[in-house]
Amino acid sequence: MRPSQNRRLSAPVFCCLLVFLSALSLVGCAHHSSSTNEVVIGAYGAETGSESTFGTSMQSGMNMAIDEANAAGGINGVKIVGKMYDDQGQPDQAKSVVSKLIDEDNVTAIIGEITSSNSSAAAPVCQLKHVPMVSPAATNPRVTKIGDYIFRTCFIDPFQGAVMATFAINNLHAKTAAVFYDSTQDYSVGLKTYFEQYFTKKGGKIVIEQSYTTASGTGDYRAQLTSIKQENPDIIYVPGYYTEVGTIAQQARQLGIKVPFLGGDGWDSAKLFEGANGALEGSYYSNHYSPDSTEPAVVNFTKAYEAKYDHGVPDAMAALGYDATNVVIAAIKAAGKPADGNYASDSFHALVRDQIAQTKDFPGVAGKITIGPDRNAVKPAVILEVHGNKTVYVTTIKPSDVGI
Amino acid sequence: MLKRALYSVGLIAVLLGLNWFISNQIDSYYISIILHAGIYVILAVSLNLVNGFTGQFSLGQAGFYGIGAYAAAALTTYGQITIFRHWFNDDGSTSWWLGSVLLLIAMLFGGLFAAIAGVIVGLPSLKLRGDYLAIVTLGFNQIIIVVLNNIDKLGASRGFSTIYPDGLNPISIPPLSNFFWVYLAAAVVIIVSINIRYSVHGLAFMAIREDEVAAEAMGIPTTKYKITAFVMSAFFAGVAGALFAHTECLITPSEFNFITSVNIVVMVVLGGLGSVSGTAIGAILLTILPELLRGGFAQYRLVVYAALLILLMLVRPKGIFGHEEMSVEWFKGQIAGLKRLSNRLAGMAKRRENKMGSDLKDDTGG
Amino acid sequence: MGDSHQALSTFLQQVVNGLSLGSIYALIALGYTMVYGVLRLINFAHGDVFMVGSYIAFYVAGAMFQGHVDNWYAGAAAFMAATIGCGLLGVIIERLAYKPVRNAPKLTPLITAIGVSLLIENVAVLKGVFGPDPQFCKPVLPSDGHLLHFYGVSEPVDSVLLIAFTLVLLILLWFIVTKTKIGKAMRAVSQDKDAASLMGININNVISFTFFLGSALAGSAGFLFAALTHVQINAYLGIPLGLKAFTAAVLGGIGNIPGAALGGIIMGLAEAMVEGYGSLVHIPPSYSDAVSFVVLIVILLVRPSGLLGKSGVEKV
Repeated sequence: MRPSQNRRLSAPVFCCLLVFLSALSLVGCAHHSSSTNEVVIGAYGAETGSESTFGTSMQSGMNMAIDEANAAGGINGVKIVGKMYDDQGQPDQAKSVVSKLIDEDNVTAIIGEITSSNSSAAAPVCQLKHVPMVSPAATNPRVTKIGDYIFRTCFIDPFQGAVMATFAINNLHAKTAAVFYDSTQDYSVGLKTYFEQYFTKKGGKIVIEQSYTTASGTGDYRAQLTSIKQENPDIIYVPGYYTEVGTIAQQARQLGIKVPFLGGDGWDSAKLFEGANGALEGSYYSNHYSPDSTEPAVVNFTKAYEAKYDHGVPDAMAALGYDATNVVIAAIKAAGKPADGNYASDSFHALVRDQIAQTKDFPGVAGKITIGPDRNAVKPAVILEVHGNKTVYVTTIKPSDVGI
Repeated sequence: MLKRALYSVGLIAVLLGLNWFISNQIDSYYISIILHAGIYVILAVSLNLVNGFTGQFSLGQAGFYGIGAYAAAALTTYGQITIFRHWFNDDGSTSWWLGSVLLLIAMLFGGLFAAIAGVIVGLPSLKLRGDYLAIVTLGFNQIIIVVLNNIDKLGASRGFSTIYPDGLNPISIPPLSNFFWVYLAAAVVIIVSINIRYSVHGLAFMAIREDEVAAEAMGIPTTKYKITAFVMSAFFAGVAGALFAHTECLITPSEFNFITSVNIVVMVVLGGLGSVSGTAIGAILLTILPELLRGGFAQYRLVVYAALLILLMLVRPKGIFGHEEMSVEWFKGQIAGLKRLSNRLAGMAKRRENKMGSDLKDDTGG
Repeated sequence: MGDSHQALSTFLQQVVNGLSLGSIYALIALGYTMVYGVLRLINFAHGDVFMVGSYIAFYVAGAMFQGHVDNWYAGAAAFMAATIGCGLLGVIIERLAYKPVRNAPKLTPLITAIGVSLLIENVAVLKGVFGPDPQFCKPVLPSDGHLLHFYGVSEPVDSVLLIAFTLVLLILLWFIVTKTKIGKAMRAVSQDKDAASLMGININNVISFTFFLGSALAGSAGFLFAALTHVQINAYLGIPLGLKAFTAAVLGGIGNIPGAALGGIIMGLAEAMVEGYGSLVHIPPSYSDAVSFVVLIVILLVRPSGLLGKSGVEKV
């Protein structure tokens, strides 16, 4: 039946508005609380999902740094609180939890993320709200270009690609290379581009390039690997994340591919060996630090970490998380006491930001950290070799070695 | 006529007022939830045209949503290199007036692209019925995702938010959308749907839903109507996509996959297939409720959602409103139904009492 | 001479890759098609049953290794556990969720199926159950790592075993469906449910048996996937694989059992070809997903009943 002209529009619209408004009231109004008795450092990363060791390691490093700082009196007597949210490794979640950190948790600064894709997703939010963000391990150059509140305390991929290219040519005497990269990750796409540039510049030849996606989930790389095998490369560069690299290596070995694999810092995880089941024996990857280094800073860090957690030896993400947090803590200390006592005010954020930008020769576990004008850190890389269930340090390559 | 004009002005005024209130008083985290709810209202109500009114089972709405989002985002970013360059200041901001016009253009652009896709998908698909149509629309949805995953200039699978043109500053998707535009669009879709429903065309759609062969026999050009519903639905989904792109300013193809399509279908079913108000309410509920559960029970959020879905199908598959719209009559009907239920329960209790009493009598009697 | 020999050997290798992938698709597709045959229902939760099967195989094999059981026995135990466990899971799902809505309008059971699928996935991903992190499956059989050499092709023994195993299961299934009484009952029910019940067939039992059989096959696919292909499994594994297997079932003609097997093989081969040779025609491997859907849509538009199905006339 057709109700009257009046009824038919107004009833549903009215009722919709009603429901909506009541939903709104559930959602609540804003209240900005300013905390004067603690400094909140926020963090975001993948605690669950495919690259979960990245987030959990970073958090371990960060918490250790915070606990040490609090034991030494905190920030001029004020306690530091760390707050980390799980973004499940998804860019839209990264964005969402960073909003939460800024709006609800009133953070002074944010540490994260490990992966370049998620860092790039969340950084615009930090930049817009003028909250300093320090990524401990995102290596794609684009991340810090987003704005002057975005920093990183690690090297970037143009350097890392050159490092592996140099190692392949000079140390492994490789003349041809195959590249097998993850087309769904900024990191992998960027890194493979830089590797290819430098490898060909130094006289090598890229005989074949193949890609894989993590989305379709069959986890079967044999079709692409078969094509790679046909080209007989000297080495295969797989600049992906540890989650897939192990499986790729196993399937390659099954197909009869015998040459070594090379990779980047995305390999760095205790789960790499589990996934590889021996297939990565004798393969190499570039990394930020080596856990078996004899430098006193590393030795002390490793000892303290192993005592505090039962995760075993700290990986690069833990060390980088630790360093990044310490850089932030030092910057907050140097920024002094905020005028109105609010550690999350705009003016204090700006002060912290300036201090981070001036970081020079900061003694980190994973190397000395100096933040350049492009807000990146200039640091050497190490090459690690996979042996059994651990890595062995091979050599260090500095920016000057690759002509940067 | 005058009444209609007054209603429209009143609606716009209310929306503007709410917009001011929300932008200034509420945290951006909550704002995004409210905006998402509005966007899903658009998606669900437009899907209702196809699934609800016309009875065609489309599982591909998110594909059109995605096309609209990417088309609109491409326009406002790549467009800034030449056409819209002077609409923006150096720091990427723009005036509310220019921003609104640009958003409107982006919405129409996105809707148009999605509508074209709707024609491409609809023409072949609508020869099929039931399950097969669902499969084909799902297939098209996934194809759209794969294609989007492979367009490097739009970020491919890594997501699209910023472009880096040579010699210029990086250009990001501008955050043009706000409460006003999202809910204005939602209101438009709702009003259009209701107008269709109570028109001759609505009767045609519903005839097709009830019995397509009979409708064809009665002279209704079923193919024409089916395609019209499909294309309209796709157009609005595209508009929703444009709004979404300018809310989040970051879009990834995986957000528009068939799982999102399924979510939209669930919203329509929850509210009642064919009920516009039900669908709108379903969309709002299903967007806001999971967010409320985000706190401590985060990991159980989706388990509860799934369990409720199954329960809904077992207990009340017609959805909250069934084919009907929300209205005073509906409330009255619900109350009457409840009254009947309580009467019946009372009657049952009374009878059991009497039975027990007579049993007692039998026991004690001789 | 050497080049063309190598090209041929690579091609053969891709074919074997495609066949082993197609075997998994075929086994899962069979479940979709059998259920559709008797209930006209697209069982969205089927892919998730496969996922559960792969986890069962993973855990049982892992437990066996802890107990130092010999590998072949570990394989057998994992296979039995996965197959029977999934079969039972299928029956439970059918009784609890699908039976009550069996006679409801078409959309309702479909949405119920979607709900069951979401439920299984999201329960599986909980920390106390399978967990949100992917698990790396260790190969189970001692044949792992060994290569078979023939015609210049070196193919892992496990892949060949997978294909052979699937063939055995297919023959077994064919036998059940065509030569046993219950198989005959299944075919009767899928032709005309009401007539079959009038003939004295217990519909409920037949339907439960169908679910058991289809889910058991999915479970065996899960075992093969986890135990023989060096992959990592996660709670959402059922989605991409289930979708492709479903496409395979439709490709072959939904409701048609040999069709499902055929469809699975074709899907697997097509995917391997696109991933392996796609770069020659500038199609990156990431398009392989689209290829399967394009195939699906073309088939449905040109011949909706699929390759082997019969075209039905819609009764007024």
